[in-house]
Amino acid sequence: MTATLDTTAVHTPRAFEPHRRTPGAVALHVLRRIPTWLTITFLIIVTAYPLFWMVINSFKSNADFLSNPSYAMPDEWHWENYAIAWETGNLATTITNSLIVTVPSLVFIVLLGTAAGFALEVLVFKGRGTILLLFLAGIMIPGQMVILPLFNAFFQSGLNGTYWPMILIYTAGGLPLTVFMMATYFRAIPREIFEAATIDGASMTRAFFSIGFPMMRNAILTVAIVQFFLIWNDLLIALIFGGKKSLNTIQVGLLNFSGEYGAINYGPLFAAICITVFGILVLYLFLNQRIMKGLAAGAVKG
Amino acid sequence: MKSVLGDRKAIMLLLTPALLVYTLIILIPVLWSFGLTFFTGNVLTGFEFNGIENFTRLLTDPYVHDAFWFTLKYAVIVTLFQVVLGYGLAMLYQFVLRRSSVIVRTLVFFPVVLPTVAIAILYQKLFQSAPTDGLVNELLVNVGLSSVDWLGAGDTAFIVIVIMDVWRSVGFYGVLIFSGLLDIPEDIIESARIDGAKTFSLFRYIVLPMSLPILFASFIFSINGTIKVFDSVFALTGGGPGNSTTPLTLYMYRTAFQFSDFGYGSTIALLLTVMCLIVTLFIFKSSRRDNTV
Repeated sequence: MTATLDTTAVHTPRAFEPHRRTPGAVALHVLRRIPTWLTITFLIIVTAYPLFWMVINSFKSNADFLSNPSYAMPDEWHWENYAIAWETGNLATTITNSLIVTVPSLVFIVLLGTAAGFALEVLVFKGRGTILLLFLAGIMIPGQMVILPLFNAFFQSGLNGTYWPMILIYTAGGLPLTVFMMATYFRAIPREIFEAATIDGASMTRAFFSIGFPMMRNAILTVAIVQFFLIWNDLLIALIFGGKKSLNTIQVGLLNFSGEYGAINYGPLFAAICITVFGILVLYLFLNQRIMKGLAAGAVKG
Repeated sequence: MKSVLGDRKAIMLLLTPALLVYTLIILIPVLWSFGLTFFTGNVLTGFEFNGIENFTRLLTDPYVHDAFWFTLKYAVIVTLFQVVLGYGLAMLYQFVLRRSSVIVRTLVFFPVVLPTVAIAILYQKLFQSAPTDGLVNELLVNVGLSSVDWLGAGDTAFIVIVIMDVWRSVGFYGVLIFSGLLDIPEDIIESARIDGAKTFSLFRYIVLPMSLPILFASFIFSINGTIKVFDSVFALTGGGPGNSTTPLTLYMYRTAFQFSDFGYGSTIALLLTVMCLIVTLFIFKSSRRDNTV
């Protein structure tokens, strides 16, 4: 890698000029690229092969998995593993549950977080610095610190056993990062825009909904993507407040499936993991650049 | 114009909902949780005041000692791998692959968005030894070594946890640090090269110092995340065999929900929170000092 560093970095833009090179220079160039290609090949194998391995094993019968090497292709392709996984793993229910808690949480996070970010950055009042800091402190607090009192409170109020505890905790847990990111984004917008709106007769609330919120479209999508993955992939809250079978989210459902059924039925277990991964893969292929940027921005701001 | 931006009604309407939810679900429970540390019991049996007993128990509890050291060991090792390998990836993207790095970036990042439980079950099967060898043991046997019961002993289970968590997160640190490297102006590197800087000195005197801020941010983010490790360990080993791979988060979960002691669970959660706070402040302070020098 170090050897190739000088050559490629100097030639900007990297042009293909093979006809101008002597054969010796071409050979040297190819030689210098070898470590790079080895690194890339290694990365591709390490990242993609376990996933490929999972897919081929999802089509095997138990006998096939137990008696043949697991890297071999299936003897016969058992498509019914997917039907079994879907039925036995209650995947329809768990996916629905995950959507039922994720979507409202995202809507609340975006609405409340953007409004608060706007109020804290654009509007002027006493104590707004303190309130922003208060939100910021929430980024550091581990979920473990709040679940026990909340379990008590939700138990007393009869909300345990419904979707509400999960939705409320995800919403509140997502607010610190969202408020902070939104405040940062609003900082880049001149306040005069909102002041001008009031000259035209709009209240500040109206200015937020008609101008501020729509202007944040891209930022909102970024924040929503970050929060989607945090909520969709959460296990702790889902385990404690969605542990009842009818409330199992996809993560809890998969965990139970693996323990109860999948320990001895490999094909359907691999199929269940594949189904779980596939939905995310489709989403990822559509949005990958934005997902990467969004998660990285969330991390640095957090 | 100040009066317009100081619109009371707008402030109330826009800020209150978020502040209310945040206060009720995060701030008050944090204080409440602190209060719970002086009690024992749970929501069904009721709570009983027991003074500072939870704290003395915390100091002498061998399980807490084990979980504390496991958490620390895990956090330090995984953070090092995440940031160092992530830095390597970022350098590969920025200086070697340059514009063609998109495909590699996209592929290596993919595990980051996958559900942890799915990955953990996949790794259980990859490292399985009974009733049939998983992929890793098959490879070991094929090169003439013997199959290892990876998840059957604490030390080897720890290795699997580290490999899995680095595998699923390193693409993220690659992209994170890469986005920091993008901020280094190209002409600085170019002019240093004209002045005769070789690859190593270029890295040592230009790239590394200029990427320190993003490295510190990565360290803070990584160590904060790894101290809170729960999902991957819970789904991969369940803390076992025995208690050998139990981090504080999992011990806290067990204390509260299996042994039904919410008071002691809160005390462990407090220890965890304090750890996060100390680490963040420590790194924050040291990064400050570095920037002023």
